[in-house]
Amino acid sequence: MAPREIVVRVNGEEYRGSAEPRVTLVDFLRDELGLTGTHVGCEHGVCGACTILMDGRTVRSCLMLAVQAEGHELRTVEGLAPADGPLHPIQEAFSEKHGLQCGFCTPGFLMTVEELLRDDPDPSEETIRSRLSGNICRCTGYQNIVEAVRYAAELTREAAP
Amino acid sequence: MSATAADTWVGQRLRRKEDARLVRGAGRFTADIRLPGTLHAAVLRSPFAHAEITRLDVAPALEAEGVVAVFTGADLAGRVGTFIEAAGKEITPALRAQVDVEVKSCPLPPIAHERVLWVGQPVAVVVARDRYAAEDGLEAIEAEYEPLDVVPDAESALRDGAPVLHEGLGGNVAARLAISSGDVDAAFAAAPFTLRERFTFARSAGNAMETRSVQAAWDEGRDELAVWITSPRPHLIRTNLSEMLGLPLERIRVVAPDMGGSFGTGLFGEDALIPFAAMALRRPVRWTEDRQEALLGTRHCRDQVHDLELAYDHDGRILALRDRFLVDAGAYNLYAVTVSYNTAAHIRGQYAIDTFSIEGLNVVTTKTPVAPVRGAGRPEAVFALDRALDLVAAERGLDPAEVRRRNLIPAEEMPRPMGMPYRDGQEMVYDSGDYPAQLEQALEAIDYDELRAEQARWRAEGRLVGVGISSYVEGSGFGPYEGAIVRLDQRGHLHVVTGAKPHGQGLETTLAQVCADEFGLPPERVSVTSGDTSQIQFGVGTFASRSAVTAGSAVGIAAGRLREKVLAVAGELLEASVDDLELVTDGVASRDVHERAVSFGEIHAAATPGPRSRLPAGLEPGLEVQYYFVPPTVTFASGTHVASVEVDAETGFVKLLRYVTVDDCGRMLNPMIVEGQIQGGVAHGIGSALFEGVLYDEDCQLLTGSYMDYLLPTSTEVPSIEVGHQEFLSDLNPFGIKGCGEGGAVSPPAAIANAVVDALKPLRINVNRVPLGPAALLDLIREAQAGAGGNEREELAS
Amino acid sequence: MKPPPFEYLAPRSLDEAVAALAEHGDEAKAMAGGQSLVPLLAFRLARPSVIVDLNGVGGLDGARLEGDTLELGALARQRDVERLPGLRQRCPMVVEAIEQIGHVAIRNRGTVGGSLAHADPAAEWTALALALDAECDLVGPSGARTVAAREFLVSTFMTALEPDELLTGLRLRVPNGRTGSCFTELARRHGDFALAGVGALLTLDEGGAVAEARIALIGVAETAVRSPSAERCLVGHPPTAEVVAEAAAAVADDLDPNSDIHASADYRRHVSGVLLRRALETAAARARGGTDGAA
Repeated sequence: MAPREIVVRVNGEEYRGSAEPRVTLVDFLRDELGLTGTHVGCEHGVCGACTILMDGRTVRSCLMLAVQAEGHELRTVEGLAPADGPLHPIQEAFSEKHGLQCGFCTPGFLMTVEELLRDDPDPSEETIRSRLSGNICRCTGYQNIVEAVRYAAELTREAAP
Repeated sequence: MSATAADTWVGQRLRRKEDARLVRGAGRFTADIRLPGTLHAAVLRSPFAHAEITRLDVAPALEAEGVVAVFTGADLAGRVGTFIEAAGKEITPALRAQVDVEVKSCPLPPIAHERVLWVGQPVAVVVARDRYAAEDGLEAIEAEYEPLDVVPDAESALRDGAPVLHEGLGGNVAARLAISSGDVDAAFAAAPFTLRERFTFARSAGNAMETRSVQAAWDEGRDELAVWITSPRPHLIRTNLSEMLGLPLERIRVVAPDMGGSFGTGLFGEDALIPFAAMALRRPVRWTEDRQEALLGTRHCRDQVHDLELAYDHDGRILALRDRFLVDAGAYNLYAVTVSYNTAAHIRGQYAIDTFSIEGLNVVTTKTPVAPVRGAGRPEAVFALDRALDLVAAERGLDPAEVRRRNLIPAEEMPRPMGMPYRDGQEMVYDSGDYPAQLEQALEAIDYDELRAEQARWRAEGRLVGVGISSYVEGSGFGPYEGAIVRLDQRGHLHVVTGAKPHGQGLETTLAQVCADEFGLPPERVSVTSGDTSQIQFGVGTFASRSAVTAGSAVGIAAGRLREKVLAVAGELLEASVDDLELVTDGVASRDVHERAVSFGEIHAAATPGPRSRLPAGLEPGLEVQYYFVPPTVTFASGTHVASVEVDAETGFVKLLRYVTVDDCGRMLNPMIVEGQIQGGVAHGIGSALFEGVLYDEDCQLLTGSYMDYLLPTSTEVPSIEVGHQEFLSDLNPFGIKGCGEGGAVSPPAAIANAVVDALKPLRINVNRVPLGPAALLDLIREAQAGAGGNEREELAS
Repeated sequence: MKPPPFEYLAPRSLDEAVAALAEHGDEAKAMAGGQSLVPLLAFRLARPSVIVDLNGVGGLDGARLEGDTLELGALARQRDVERLPGLRQRCPMVVEAIEQIGHVAIRNRGTVGGSLAHADPAAEWTALALALDAECDLVGPSGARTVAAREFLVSTFMTALEPDELLTGLRLRVPNGRTGSCFTELARRHGDFALAGVGALLTLDEGGAVAEARIALIGVAETAVRSPSAERCLVGHPPTAEVVAEAAAAVADDLDPNSDIHASADYRRHVSGVLLRRALETAAARARGGTDGAA
C-alpha cells in the first residue's frame, strides 16, 4: 500500500514522515523520524521496551500503527531531559541506584515510571512492582529499578514547589 | 556516588559512565546505526525439524515489490565456508593427556543446503528496501520439503536405528568426556547407603532484551568490509569472516556497539550471510532479528539429563559420586565440550568428594543448537547435586544445613586440588575461600533457626513455607588472554582500548576505575573503547565471567607501565630521578619542590617522535602501552544461596518470600556493579527454576515461540535479593579478582527446588526437574496426597 | 514480525464504519485498541486486506455507572473503566478483573469492545459480561440489534457479530443492595492470560441466604461460561463454608477446559474449584459487609 504522510508531535516538536499504513509506530519513530532511543524488544506487546507516552499515557509503540498517531502528542525517552541539560529525575534515579545494566529496556521503564509517578507520587513497593511488571529486564533482577523508582519519587517530590 | 577524593577508585560504588548515554536513549545499539542506502534482510527459516529441501524457487520473491535479491544455500555453496569449529581449539594436548575426551568434527554452515536440521535453520535470505518488503518476499518464496524422521531428544538419538544426523559423526554422539578419580566402584560397594536419581534441567535460552542484529557494508574502492554486530566476541567474528569469505583479516573491521545483554555467546548463520549479501550487492545490508526468530534460533541452552548416584555413610557424608549425563546439543554441537566440561568440573561444587566418576555425552538432535549461556553447565550440575544432597539429608533425618556442614571442604584445606584438570588443561585447584563460613553467613542472613521455628508455626496454620540451600563454585576468568591498550593524551586524558566486549556489565566504569587508580586521576578522565577490531589486534570477548579478571588485570598492568613511562619522560625533562617525582592532576611534579613540574602536554610532546622528542635512552616514542594478560588458569569464585518460599498447595503456585546470597568474587572493583550482576543472575536463575522452558512438540516444532509462552520473570516474580559478600582475594591476577557475572544464575534452581520440597515436607515429594511450573507441582502434590490416603490437609497441617 | 500489507480506512462515524465493513465483508477487520489484533498482524496470523480503524469514530468511548447499569461504549479504554469513580465500591469484581488485563500500557489503549469482540476464552471481560448479564449493542447495515452476552459469545474467537456488524457498546447489570462480588484468577505471571479465572457475585436476602448467585469462569471452556451447577448450590442457602465448598466442587461439571503448554485441562478444572471457593468467600464477606466490601 502506498505510503501516507503522517504528522505527529514528538517531545513538543512537529515531525513529518511517511509510512505505509502497516508500519508500526515504533518503526516509524526509529526509522522514519530517526528517534532510536525507543527500542524494539518483542513486537508483540509483552516486553515493554517500546513503551512511550501518547497524550500523557503509556502505550506500546509496537502495538500501534504509525498512522494512528497522527495528530497525537507523543513523548519518548529523548524528550525526558534537554539534550544538553541535566537528567530528568527518573533518569538521575536510575543511574544513581544502578537501575540499569545494558540499558536496552531502560527507555521503556523510564516512560512507564513517568506515568506511574504522575498517577501516584509516593508509590508503595507493591504498587511499583505491579506497575513495572509489564516491562521485562533481563539484567538487573528489578530490585535496583524498584529502588530507583522510590528515589525518583523522592527527587520529584523534593523538586515540587 | 559522584567522584570524590578517595584512596582508590577500585572498591567504590562509583556511578556508571555508560549510564549518561543509556538513560537518555542515546546508546547506539547495532539496530540504531544508520548508513545511507541500507537494504534490509529477512531470513526464510526451515518449517521442518528434519527434511530434504526438494524445491526452492525464489523467482516469485524477486517479483515482489521492493525485493532486491534473494540468496540461498546454492548461492553460497563453494563460495562461503563453514564456521571455524571450537573443537580444534578446545582440547589442548595437556587436557587430552589427562582426560578421556573426544570431540568430533561437525562444522556449522551459515545456511542450509539441500537438507535442514532444525526448525528455524536459515534457508534463504531476502534483501529488500525495508524489512516489511523483505518479509513479503519470504512469503513469496516457493519451498518444498520432504520431511525426514526427527530426533526429539538425546535419549532417542542414542537408540538403535535413530536417524544419523551427520554422517561424519558415525552416530549421534558429537562429543564425549569421562573423568574419574579414586576407586568409585569399590566405594559404592562398601558404602552403607547409596542413592540414584535422575535430574532433568530443561532447555531454556538467554533472552537478551536486544535481539541480534548484523549490519554490513562493503567499501568497493578499498576492498574493505565493515560489520556492526550484536556479539560479545567481535574478534572471533572477524576471524571467521576472514576464513569464510576469503578476505585478509585487516580488510575486515568488526564493531560491536552497545549491546543489550547477551548472557551467552555464539556464532550464527546471519553473521556471515549479511556480510556476504552486502558484498554481493555492493550496498549496506542490515538484518535485525525479531523476537520470534530469537526464540526459535538464538541459541538455546541447558537441556541436560543426569543419572546421578551418591554413596554416603550414616552421618550423611558423601563417599563417592557417579554421574552420567546427556547434553541435548541440538542439530550441531558448536562448543565441543565447553558446557559438558563445566558440568563435570563443577558438579562436586563446594563439597569434599574425592572419589568420583563422571561421564558426559553431547548428543545431536533435530532442535536448535545449544550454546553456553550464563552459568554454562553449572546450574545443571548444581541442581543435580544439591537436590541429591537434600535427599541424603531426608534419608538420614538430617537438616539440609547440617548435611552440608558435614560435606563442605574445610577452610584449612584451601587451596585445594580437586583431582582433575580444568578445561584449560591446568590442574583444577580451588584457590581460596571459606565455604563453611560462607554457609554460616548465609544462614545467619536469613535467620535460619528462626525460620525453622516459624516454619513449624506456619505449618500449624496451614501455611506451607520452606527453605532451601544451594552453593556453587565457579571457575572464572577463563583464558587464554585479554588485552588492553592504555594511552595518555596531551590534555592528561587517559584512553583504554580492550578486546573484551561488555554487554551491560559496566566494564567501561570498572576499567576506568582500575586505570584511574594507576594515575591517581579521577575516572572522568578515562575513556574506554571496546568491541572494535580496528582498535586492538587481539581480543577474546566477554563470557565465562572473565572480563573483570582478564581485561581488568590487563588494564591495570598496562596503565602501571604507562605511568612508569610518563614518569621516566618527566624525569628526563626535569632532570630528576623518577623516585623523586609524583603524578599530580595536571602532570608530574617533584615530590619536594612542587614548582618543579611538567604538564602532561609537555610530557606528551617529549614522547612524540621527531626533532622535539626528548625521550630517555631506550624508550620508544608514544604514550601508549599495550599488554595482554594471560591468566595461569581460572580462579574459583563461590556462592551460597538460601531461598524461602511459600507454596499454595491448592494451585501449585510458588511465591518467593526471601532470597539470600553470600558470594566470594575476590576483590570487588565496584561493589554496586557486583551486586547488580548477582541480583540479575539470581533473577535469571529464578526463571530457570520456575518459569523458563523451551518446549517442542513431538515433531520438534517449537511451542514457545512468543513471550506469552516463553515466560521471563518480571518485577512481580523476583523478590529483592539480599546480597552478602566474602572477599578472598585470588592470587592468580594482580588485583585478586574473581568473576561474578554468572554465579547468581547457578544456584536458584537448586535452592528453590529444595525450598519447595521442604515446604511440602510432610508429603515427601521429590522435585527432579526444572522449571517447576504450577501444574507440574500440583501434579506432584496430588500424587503424594493420593498416596497419603486422602488425609492430605491434616497431613500438611501436621 | 512485520504486518502484511493492508488498506487502511479511518471512518469518522459509525455509519462510515459500517459502510466500510459492508463493502469489504470478510476481507475487512475492525480495529479498536489493537492490543490483540496488532500482534496477530505482526505474526501474520491475521491477514485482513482492509483495516477499519474505529478510533476516529466519535461517541463510542463513554463509560458511566448509573443506577443498576454500567454503560460502556465499545471504545471505552480499559484503563478509563478501571478508574471510573465509584466502580470499585459498587462492584469490585469489575475493577479486580480489569486490573488483571495485561498492564497499564495495554489497558490505556485496549478497549472493552475490542476485548469482547475478540472473544478470547481467557479474556476477563467475557466473564464480566456473562456474570453481569451484559446486553451487547450491535449495529450493521440493516440497523441495530441487541444480544445478550451469552448469545454474543459463541466460541473461541467467535461472536454473534456478522462480518459487517460492529459492537458499539454494552450495558452490564450491577445490582445494588446486599451484594458482594469478587474476581480472581491464576496467571503464571502478573498480567498474563489466565490459566483460569472466576468472577462471582452474590446477592443476599434479608435472612442472609443467597438470593442470587452469578458465577462466570474464563480459561476453562471454548468461551467464558456461567456455572449453573455452582449457582444452584448457593441459591437459597447462607454462603457458609460448607455451601461454598459444595459450589466449588460442583463447578467442574460446567467446564470443558483445554490443555496447553501452561496447564492441563485437569489442572484448570481443579483450580477453578479452588478459585471459586476463594472468590465466593470474598464475595460473601463483602455481601455481608453491605454494598461494599472492597478493601
